[in-house]
Amino acid sequence: MRANARASTGRPPRLLILAGAVTAAVALIPLLYLVVRAGQAGWPRIVAVLARPRTLETIGTSVALAATVVLACLVVGVPAAWLIAQARLPLTGMWVVLLALPLAVPSYVAAYTWIAQFPAMHGFWAAALILTLVSFPYVLLPVTAALRTSDPALEEMARTLGDGPVRAFARATLPQVWPAAAGGALLVALYVLADFGAVALLRVDAFTRVIYSSYRASFDRVTATVLALVLVALAAALVAAERRVRGQHLRWRVAGGAQRAAMPTDLSPRARAGAVGALAALSLLALGLPLTSLTLRMIEGSRSPLQPAELVSAAAASLGTASAGAVLAVALALPVAILAGRYRTPGVRWVETLSFSGHALPGVVVGLSLVFLSLSVAPFAYQTIALLSFAYAVLFLPKAIGVIRGATEAVPQVLENTARTLGRGPLRAWAATTLRLTLPGIAAAGLMVALTAMKELPATLMLRPTGLDTLATELWTRTEVAAYGSAAPYAITLVALAAVPAWLLGRELGQDRSPRGVRR
Amino acid sequence: MTAVTIRGLTAGYDRTPVLNGVDLDIPDGELTAVLGASGSGKTTLLRVLAGFLTPRRGTVRFGDRTVVSTGGTDAAEEVLEPPERRRVGIVPQEGALFPHLSVAANVGFGLPRGSGPRIDEVLRLVGMADRAHARPQELSGGQQQRVALARALAPRPDVLLLDEPFGSLDAALRVRLRAEVTELLRSVGSTAVLVTHDQEEALSTADHVAVMRDGRVVQMGTPREVYESPADLEVARFVGDVVELPAAAGPTQAAVVCALGEVTVPGRTTGRFPEPAVVVLRPEQVVLRGRVAPEDRPSAAGTGVVRDAAYFGHDSLLRIELADGSRIPVRVPGGGPLPRPGDRVALGVLGPGRLFPA
Repeated sequence: MRANARASTGRPPRLLILAGAVTAAVALIPLLYLVVRAGQAGWPRIVAVLARPRTLETIGTSVALAATVVLACLVVGVPAAWLIAQARLPLTGMWVVLLALPLAVPSYVAAYTWIAQFPAMHGFWAAALILTLVSFPYVLLPVTAALRTSDPALEEMARTLGDGPVRAFARATLPQVWPAAAGGALLVALYVLADFGAVALLRVDAFTRVIYSSYRASFDRVTATVLALVLVALAAALVAAERRVRGQHLRWRVAGGAQRAAMPTDLSPRARAGAVGALAALSLLALGLPLTSLTLRMIEGSRSPLQPAELVSAAAASLGTASAGAVLAVALALPVAILAGRYRTPGVRWVETLSFSGHALPGVVVGLSLVFLSLSVAPFAYQTIALLSFAYAVLFLPKAIGVIRGATEAVPQVLENTARTLGRGPLRAWAATTLRLTLPGIAAAGLMVALTAMKELPATLMLRPTGLDTLATELWTRTEVAAYGSAAPYAITLVALAAVPAWLLGRELGQDRSPRGVRR
Repeated sequence: MTAVTIRGLTAGYDRTPVLNGVDLDIPDGELTAVLGASGSGKTTLLRVLAGFLTPRRGTVRFGDRTVVSTGGTDAAEEVLEPPERRRVGIVPQEGALFPHLSVAANVGFGLPRGSGPRIDEVLRLVGMADRAHARPQELSGGQQQRVALARALAPRPDVLLLDEPFGSLDAALRVRLRAEVTELLRSVGSTAVLVTHDQEEALSTADHVAVMRDGRVVQMGTPREVYESPADLEVARFVGDVVELPAAAGPTQAAVVCALGEVTVPGRTTGRFPEPAVVVLRPEQVVLRGRVAPEDRPSAAGTGVVRDAAYFGHDSLLRIELADGSRIPVRVPGGGPLPRPGDRVALGVLGPGRLFPA
């Protein structure tokens, strides 16, 4: 795989390894500090917290919520993916984009729009519904992509061997897309476990809400710490499982040459109408309702005086802190991404894996750890923009590494080698070729991190300087006091900012419909 | 029993027709090759037979079972059996083995539970009994095709469809597997249709060859008939190398005159002589009658000058320029004397030629 770009020229430079190790260490700080805190509390207290019925209840609630949402996402996402990928429907490209966009709606914004419309909504099932509507694209998009590349000959073989259409799909095609669906399902589970906004607004006592409230009730720090560590353990297990499933995907193709593109399936007129109706209903629930609710609240809110100055200052605060976090994240990500993109030694692998730990750290956990850490080690840093940016950098470091690493790998090593033979030293050769060609990727990574950081709620709530209000926190505080109208502008701004990456993703998937030549 | 009868079959993708009224009778229990260039519609025909593609018009019968009848005047007689009820087996180009199943599970895919003995039996038949637990990814291309064949044969299909099954294999393996598979199919006695663009494959393996062109079957016959008595000039060119020479009417109805002298053409008893016309021979029908001195009968019919020679060991292919300037390929068996470029040779013709309008 990627053999040409990965032509590792032996040992990585020592300075680069050192920089990568620093990144890995920085990424581990929040987790390590929580472990230290738990260690200070001692085993008896940890066991006591774990044995408390309330703890078990919290674990039960979170796991049940994650399982419910995963199941719902599979039930919604796989059939919808099939319709988009393999049925002949009007406006296929449009459906992909529409159904990718819910990814852009932060869970607390979705929860806010539903509560603003139906103020009585709360509890487990409400949270399950809303989390399903924002996270089903995690299943839909990879399964759509897998169905598009699946080999149609296998399903045909199953048909000639005696299977009806449904059985043939289940026995021949589903196994091909199963790794994609499983990977998506694990991402959904991770999303649900880490989610704070929706469960908090809908008053479901899942991990994140319980951790947050025990931190607010500051007398009980051990409980918060222990719960945070249990949450991290669960999330880490999901991340590890997701990586394994993703690895499997590659092994599952029998060697073979050109593969015929699938002919879209013709549905009966009634089935077609039903399919379009179902996709439209899904888009309405996931996008239409939030947008309608936002618009209505906007109109209501305009009756009470809108304060543009507040909105602008909140947007500026979001932009400022998120950009600072993005710059830091990219700076930390660069050495790791270059190492991972160019060298494959055990040391590099360790640095990369450790730097990805933020992937398994929910915002609540990073927020909690950094609050404790700053208070006990560096009180001057507590509630500063610097610490908040640091939290963003740790949380979104994996995103930055992923994007930059991909860009590095796309640059053939041979360019760098050619520059060397033309008389440049290693560093100048690297700068003139790989770095030069990776720059767009680095910029994209920064943009991704900044856009994601603007949506981050719990870490911002816990770490922001007193008096600093961002778009996310403004939306949160206004929703908490049921000031739905005045919250609307903040929600709309957030959705608009977050839509950019989701729109790009959906458009990419919507385009590659063209078959690679139908063979006769 | 399960002869395949195809009548008036028209089919295509979207609006482009690919089959334009195919009529074909595939005999029971024998191997029939459907031979055609790419784009001739042979794979489309196979997809219609399997049930993957709905034709616009036409009927297909397996024995006395109608599996397709569509586009007729009587809507009540519309028949379209789904693939799973046709009892066909397919061996596709790349095998298309299920990547998530073992070899044995692939072969057992179309069998009811508890068919272990049958799985063993067909795996033994294709010589893959020792790899029953392997994954398809661990097999070579040839082994994958054997398993694909076993999978198709396992449910005892009425008709076996082979879609260029040897195309992806290297040359030596292709020849060997081809011979093995033909022998196996004969021993099983199933009706088989082999789709191929390789005329050598079609001639050497099949009992019957159907030549397709532009969505039609232009000739159906034994390999010998198709090669020796092609239906038209294009078929003649497609199924093998040809010697094409302008021809004029000869002294009798059964002979024409060309740069090689007089050539007999059977079957032309009545009708006008086509003008202009070509007579078509196979390169092995032209034989060397020895060298002649350069000045001897310089422009007489039946002599030519060797322009180049390609030596293949078992035979050699000469290109010879005839008196009228046309150049023809001549196959000379190995071992005998081999003229060199520039030599003038006398040529004779073995057997009859075929006469076509040019």
